[in-house]
Amino acid sequence: MLEIKRLSVAVEGKGILHDIDLTIKAGETHVLFGPNGGGKTTLLMAVMGSPKYEVTKGSIVFKGKNIVGLPIDERARLGIGMSLQRPPVVRGVKTSDMVAACIRGQASEENIHKMAEKANLIELMDRELNYGFSGGEIKRSELVQLLAQNPDLALLDEPESGVDLVNIALIGQLINELLQKEHPIRDRRHGGLIITHTGHILDYVNARTGYVMLDGRIICEGDPHEILETIKSKGYEECRKCVR
Amino acid sequence: MRKIESSKVSKEKARAALSKPAPLGEDIDLDKYAHSADELPYQDDPSQLPVETREQMTQAGVTLDDSSQRSGTIIQMDHSIIHSLASQEGIEVMGTNQALEKYDWLSDYLWKAVAVDSDKYTAHVELNQSNGYFIRALPGNKTTYPVQACLYLARGKLAQNVHNIIIAEEGSELHIITGCTTSPKGEPGLHLGVSEFYIKPGAKVSFTMIHNWTPEIAVRPRTGIIVEENGLFLSNYVIMKPVRSLQTNPLARCVGDNAVVRFNSILVAPPGSTMDLGSRVILDAEGARTEIISRAITTGGDIIARGYIEGNAPEVKGHLECRGLILKGEGIIQAIPELKGTLAGIDLSHEAAVGKIAEEEVEYLMMRGLTRDEATATIVRGFLRVDIEGLPPQLSLELQRAVKASEKDIM
Repeated sequence: MLEIKRLSVAVEGKGILHDIDLTIKAGETHVLFGPNGGGKTTLLMAVMGSPKYEVTKGSIVFKGKNIVGLPIDERARLGIGMSLQRPPVVRGVKTSDMVAACIRGQASEENIHKMAEKANLIELMDRELNYGFSGGEIKRSELVQLLAQNPDLALLDEPESGVDLVNIALIGQLINELLQKEHPIRDRRHGGLIITHTGHILDYVNARTGYVMLDGRIICEGDPHEILETIKSKGYEECRKCVR
Repeated sequence: MRKIESSKVSKEKARAALSKPAPLGEDIDLDKYAHSADELPYQDDPSQLPVETREQMTQAGVTLDDSSQRSGTIIQMDHSIIHSLASQEGIEVMGTNQALEKYDWLSDYLWKAVAVDSDKYTAHVELNQSNGYFIRALPGNKTTYPVQACLYLARGKLAQNVHNIIIAEEGSELHIITGCTTSPKGEPGLHLGVSEFYIKPGAKVSFTMIHNWTPEIAVRPRTGIIVEENGLFLSNYVIMKPVRSLQTNPLARCVGDNAVVRFNSILVAPPGSTMDLGSRVILDAEGARTEIISRAITTGGDIIARGYIEGNAPEVKGHLECRGLILKGEGIIQAIPELKGTLAGIDLSHEAAVGKIAEEEVEYLMMRGLTRDEATATIVRGFLRVDIEGLPPQLSLELQRAVKASEKDIM
């Protein structure tokens, strides 16, 4: 579904990502680890198509089409969705307005209410988007918008950061719905790429491939649980020794 | 006798101020405008007015086809009251001249909230007054539906000089929607409107004003509001259509304990429009509160958004918020918030921001599949959304409809 080849990305002229290769098949969920500033968010933003992230080399092929150069909204309509780690506040625009915009043709009050209920967000639907939201509320709001959007590929930037332990199960549940965990593996069509620092999300999602990104390069690939254990016990320096 | 004396004093003051320029706004040469107009026939059924006239009125929020949703209607065209009807007991709606003939005591309300010698425009209205409307809610009466008033400039190059008096007697509730508009021919014209509001103890007035001018019209409203104990005055001022020059700076005085004033303004200035719009509130009584909110968008015109709150009594509270969005073109937005406190224990605050739409917000909405234009429109719609506390739901809907109807012009 997503095939990234020898991708290099610059921000304001400065090279951030170098020669990234990564492939996600339909139904697969991959996880990105790495210290702050290593390039994880840059990779997700480059796939989503934010113009600030300039592709200087390589290709991003989604559903067989090289999407480099396509505007963000066209990528969204092709089936890519992203939840941001720190989304902007949009004053005057209600959360329910955004959920309705994401559902597009099927935006009825009933549908919006169902979505909100699912994410325990009823009381936030009338509030201005992300205005005064707690960390957990932001994550649930992002995920409910993605659920409404129903993308084939979900890019999730630290979906569990700032979420308390009670709500992390709910976050996991929402992600699983997004990634069609209720379907048998063979029937899953949605893929995911998740950035995580804590790895808590691994307790809830069925991820089989993990990467470590350091200094803009993927330097390690393997079982995400094993990678997480290594990071926890030996830090990222140990990952540098990995051979892909 | 008292009426004659008071009128004589006002006229003398007005004559002395005829050349007094206004402290703000471009100086308008009054001699360029005609001051007399033909008397126009009374219309028993305003829904029979010509289609283009009705269309202009509709765009200013005036409904003529279904009067069941109104507690009263008054329409002034040029200098003539062409329709006036109060359809609810306890609510009075008529032309100011008629009201002054009917009620001797009404002269006591003239020029008490606005000084007759404020500037040459107030002076001109006093000396050349061409009616205006009188709306009053009797004690304890509450409007089921809003009263609508329409001030229409039909003749080209005319100066319309109206003096409006609005009185909400003790414990009453009055909702008014006013549409100010003109013939679509686009001829020059001048609208001078003095409006004096008297909110008695425990009374509540919401005043929603929708402007629908054309690019050659100059407008100089002069508004004063006096709010007594536990009274509430709520103003929604919407101007989203071109106007050559608009300058107004209403002054509300909270003279009774716990009086509340809220001003909400939505301004959109297309190229060629100049708007200097402020709201001033003086909190002179204990526990009085105010909130002034303005949202200004330029698509090429110039806007000055002013706000002034003065706290002179214990436990008063005021907040002022001016936000401006430069959407396109070479327009200018200048926000001038001012606060003045004269004793300890008051709570006044303001926030002001002027800028363009944040690219980060546009991209964020595009990530949800909205095109750039849809994302921009959504953000603009959100920017203009002011949830107004105390406004009846029907009026709130009408206000939203008026804003929405103008969206296409903005984008």
